[in-house]
Amino acid sequence: MKKSVRKPILAVGPFHPLQEEMEFFQLTIDGEIVTDIDVRISYNHRGIEKLSETLQFDQVPFLVSRVCGICSASHPLAYVQAVEEIVGVTPPDRALYVRVIINELERIHSHLLWVGLAGHFIGYDTVFMWAWKYREPVLDLLEKITGNRNNYGNVKVGGCREDIPNEIIPTLLKELDFLGKKMDMLTKAVLDDPILHARLKGVGVLSKEDAIAYAVTGPTARGSGIAIDVRRDEPYAAYGDLDWNVISQPEGDVFAKAVVRLLEISEAIKMAKEAIKKLPDGPVAVDVKEIPPGEGCGHAEAPRGETFHYVRSDGGNRPVRHKIRAPSYVNVPSFRASCIGQHIADVTITLAAVDPCYSCTERMAVMDSRSNVILDYESLLRLSREKTAKIKKEIGAPELKLEDL
Amino acid sequence: MNQEELDNRLAEISDKLIDTQRISDRRVFLLCESENSFAVNKFLFQDLALRFIIATGIDSDSCFEVLYHYSNDETGCIVTVKAFIRDRENPSIESITPILPAAEWIEREMRDILGIDFINHPNLRRLILSDDWPEGVYPLRKEVKK
Amino acid sequence: MKALKKSVWVFHVNTGACNNCDIEIVDLLTPKFDVERFGIKLVGSPRHADALLVTGVGTKQAAKRLQEVYRQTAKPCVVFCIGACAGGGGIFEGAYHVAGPVDKIVKEVDPNAIIAYVPGCPPKPEAMISGVVKALAAI
Repeated sequence: MKKSVRKPILAVGPFHPLQEEMEFFQLTIDGEIVTDIDVRISYNHRGIEKLSETLQFDQVPFLVSRVCGICSASHPLAYVQAVEEIVGVTPPDRALYVRVIINELERIHSHLLWVGLAGHFIGYDTVFMWAWKYREPVLDLLEKITGNRNNYGNVKVGGCREDIPNEIIPTLLKELDFLGKKMDMLTKAVLDDPILHARLKGVGVLSKEDAIAYAVTGPTARGSGIAIDVRRDEPYAAYGDLDWNVISQPEGDVFAKAVVRLLEISEAIKMAKEAIKKLPDGPVAVDVKEIPPGEGCGHAEAPRGETFHYVRSDGGNRPVRHKIRAPSYVNVPSFRASCIGQHIADVTITLAAVDPCYSCTERMAVMDSRSNVILDYESLLRLSREKTAKIKKEIGAPELKLEDL
Repeated sequence: MNQEELDNRLAEISDKLIDTQRISDRRVFLLCESENSFAVNKFLFQDLALRFIIATGIDSDSCFEVLYHYSNDETGCIVTVKAFIRDRENPSIESITPILPAAEWIEREMRDILGIDFINHPNLRRLILSDDWPEGVYPLRKEVKK
Repeated sequence: MKALKKSVWVFHVNTGACNNCDIEIVDLLTPKFDVERFGIKLVGSPRHADALLVTGVGTKQAAKRLQEVYRQTAKPCVVFCIGACAGGGGIFEGAYHVAGPVDKIVKEVDPNAIIAYVPGCPPKPEAMISGVVKALAAI
């Protein structure tokens, strides 16, 4: 049943009666402040863990790379590490370096995607266009190395399915140098922009206590002063051989999480270059014929945080049980803590700061506990951008300038 | 805490455990009956301040298992509590969500896919299965066809 | 490739996907691909749309929403199944929470629905543009 409800004070977008448009994130507000959130994730549930039990061990990487499109390198990596633990095998050194290179390239384009979307949510469309423009060369590099912009199909139990040809190395280094300079410029521009400071500081704060209670990981944790990173805490692949820093900020607000991600892009570029320069000779895989009975845990630091896989084998050729935990599974519930008490103009950017899937973010709607007005995603986006415009006017600073766009 | 400290402290709850299995220096499994699961989890999260990773529910033919995985980030050691639920007809275990909000979703999920009841869970509503999914059909149980 | 004679407004629906296709769809707006020069525009409501870009397997929970969105879309419209999942379930075919594929879900409400397929996992933005423009020009 469609209803048309008008409330004189708030200017809202197209109406969708809540009964027909069940969203991922259903917010309840009082006035303009969020009082409660209900999250529904059944829309995206596909039944992957059960499907994994029907596949052979070496087919599973192709399945899990499609759990989440932008963590598509980290899921198969965590899985094969769990199985390698059961077998008791270590891949050859070259494979460990190739794994680092692919995963850091993914981190770069995933964080750039985030930067662009964050810009889009607050009305900085030049940042959106710029960030997504500079994602493209990274996707092209991944396509050159693995054959696909996304879903690389690169790892297997015992190593990598494909090598990085040595002829491509000069191109990789040149592109990364070029990107590094661009990123330095973007990071400086963002960190210096008074409008972004005013718009994002103090917004969507996740306290350290809440971050621990919700067991968050990745930039969501590191932006609240919890300096954990699987690459350092339990070094995997070749991370133990590289010289790099864990980036964290104490404030817990959206600005802090943005700073963490921006600095991590530069750090990832540095790490990828080091790994490429140090790439040792040799094979990229050892042959693994059988998986004995046993249990293994594998984890990797995906762009969003820790990806964790648990695998149980009974000696057959399929997993008996395969548990998959994406970082968003612990990060998204923390949105409850960072969002309640926030103004509705800040909900899209607060959710974005946790970096859930893009499609999940689009599916947000507000139900007003007092008068049943529905605010859809488009309206929430508009409110967010209006707040930025207002701040810009108050501060009187010029729009962020980014060269060559 | 460092590994030696962790090993010493884990000994404090050995009376609640069936066994402690050290698969390697970075993988420890603490086996217990479901009745002791809450106490062991509470010890790991509150006393040892380990980070909760996730829980895995398993249909193991003769029983159900609930594995709670924790990380000691300082050493990269993963400590897994393996709780055995012996009653297959009415599987249940005490929820840890009241002391650990991070467990809320995964306990709801395990109820959806395995039919395990989490006692004292503050919000045991359906999480991942559709609204029209039939009650009593638990997809990750062995009897449900793949 | 000629631009379409009039602007084509498309609405994006995710029915349970890994997000790769969705991100490549958003990529269409960005400078490298810039679909607006072909007259394709992403809109915020199905009521204004000439075509739906549907991604995902069509999970049991998302199926009804997809049908509702289809009903709300102005007719005539084209339903584009973007990617292997929307086209036929992809690697998730047969999984217990899959109600799709997408064409089956849409045909339940309209057996005469116009459906086009752009395969890939994910299809590259160039493939999507090519598919959408060709299909719309043919209709």
